[in-house]
Amino acid sequence: MSQEAKNPWFKRKLKGIITPSTEKKETPDGFWYKTPTGDVIEKTELKNNFYVTPKEGYHVRIGSKEYFEIIFDDNEFTLIAEDLKPVDKLNFSDKKKYADRIKDTQKKTGLNDAIRAAFGKTSGHSIVVACMDFSFIGGSMGNVMGEKIARAIELAIKNKCPFLLISKSGGARMMEAGISLMQMGKVTAKLTQLSMAKLPYISFLTDPTTGGVTASFAMLGDINIAEPGALIGFAGPRVIKETIGKDLPEGFQTSEFLLSKGFLDFIVDRRKLKSKLKQVISMFQN
Amino acid sequence: MRMDRSYLEFEKPIEEIKNQIAQTLEIGDKGQVGIKSTLKELEEKLTKTTKEIFENLTPWQKVQLSRHPDRPYTLDYIKNITDGNFIELHGDRNVKDDKAMVGGFGEIDGKTYMILGQQKGRNTKERKYRNFGMANPEGYRKALRLMKLAEKFNKPVVTLIDTPGAYPGLEAEERGQGEAIARNLYEMMLLKVPVICIIIGEGASGGALGIGIGDKVIMLENTWYSVISPESCSSILWRSWDYKENAAEALKLTGKDMLKNKLIDNIIKEPLGGAHAEPQKMFKKLKLEIKKNIEELEKMSVEERINVRTEKFSNMGN
Repeated sequence: MSQEAKNPWFKRKLKGIITPSTEKKETPDGFWYKTPTGDVIEKTELKNNFYVTPKEGYHVRIGSKEYFEIIFDDNEFTLIAEDLKPVDKLNFSDKKKYADRIKDTQKKTGLNDAIRAAFGKTSGHSIVVACMDFSFIGGSMGNVMGEKIARAIELAIKNKCPFLLISKSGGARMMEAGISLMQMGKVTAKLTQLSMAKLPYISFLTDPTTGGVTASFAMLGDINIAEPGALIGFAGPRVIKETIGKDLPEGFQTSEFLLSKGFLDFIVDRRKLKSKLKQVISMFQN
Repeated sequence: MRMDRSYLEFEKPIEEIKNQIAQTLEIGDKGQVGIKSTLKELEEKLTKTTKEIFENLTPWQKVQLSRHPDRPYTLDYIKNITDGNFIELHGDRNVKDDKAMVGGFGEIDGKTYMILGQQKGRNTKERKYRNFGMANPEGYRKALRLMKLAEKFNKPVVTLIDTPGAYPGLEAEERGQGEAIARNLYEMMLLKVPVICIIIGEGASGGALGIGIGDKVIMLENTWYSVISPESCSSILWRSWDYKENAAEALKLTGKDMLKNKLIDNIIKEPLGGAHAEPQKMFKKLKLEIKKNIEELEKMSVEERINVRTEKFSNMGN
């Protein structure tokens, strides 16, 4: 036992650990959060500010749990196809077996895969939201992600409501090789059906969105929006740097860069996400 | 036939026998007798050795074959299957003409097709000119323009895929490499004309899929198709470039595996020794396959074709 633990100041008031692992946050551990400019703020303050640092407006990386909390009225929603779990169909193994990687990551994150999808209401409007979790193998896209988005789109069509996809992914999951590549086709196929049903598809790109996710559904929104300062691109910055043999210009591949190049409709601060969504959905529906 | 053929390491036994045959023929030319039986023996040995090598190829050897310096490229196929009756069309009408993506109208036995694909170069100068078969966004947009043109005039589309990937450059990002590929996936899914996509060499990731949504997706026997190249996979997952053979194995990137996993529709067998050993035979075979597949697809209605195409991709990986 360490010295600190013996100190009565740090004695637990309640016995046992009472926070279930499903309630764990993607935010850094501990009570305090250190902002990019070095300020230290309370975690609760950060949470109350939608995980955006008050002074810099820095958008801390969050997961599906936090986004659902922000978007759905009273945090009420029904999960879609939550029973889908990744299967190692190719019997893939690198330094580690993919099957073990899945199990370990599930244990560590309390998630089944890198995406959760849900149906509920936002500002009174019905909506289907699918949101990636970067903590699960870098938000990588495998068969579960493709299939879950496909089912989410089907539900949006059935309920005649808008579809919001929150991307946060390094791209295709290498351990599912050809299968993961074809998820780009799968989701695109489903999006053609959503489009025929004349239902809005809002693609919301957050930090980071790269690779096969960018090169398919993330760029296909009826409107494409992003959080400020997010890294968005096809190839990763390191690969581009190696290819061209030069340093990349300041602000390259950020949301602001993509907006200026014409690939985003607008950038939305997370603190205004819900009200902006309400406005957008109303515009489509009224 | 090309005189200065190159041979991969595992093709060396074939080269040796071929050299022996050439030497024997030389002796025969000088008027010495008794070469007939020696020649026959050598020819038999050549067939047997080639068979042995090609029937036991590892995934990595297939990757090497897909990049063989003598392998026919997109324009070789187009020129041969159309018998030269091909009009190349240029430009995306927006930024420029991408030399890594070629395409145009071509006639096969009196019928017009839109044929397009990535183009690689054979020597240093050509390779640079073709950007190693790595298209920029304007290449994908040019491909889309040509496919929409084909749709307007009701011509079937054939795409020939041969790329180490979409170009990961600065300007490619500025001009929306991701968006360009994404747009193609979407538009190809809904093309009213029949579309067949044939992997003739390398099928690397989004760069391949960007012209790879079709009613039939077919791989030539000695090609690969996956989410990443074995080299890059090795460097990322093993943190070293030395595991490319393992990565090639793990990625299940051969036609056989891709077919087994229902990610492609068919495989076209290559002549013994690979497409580069007997290109004329390969051209003939490809031409037949294109005609056969398009004929079949044209029997379906537009709605039926799009439905089947969409359903096929919707079920991949399940």
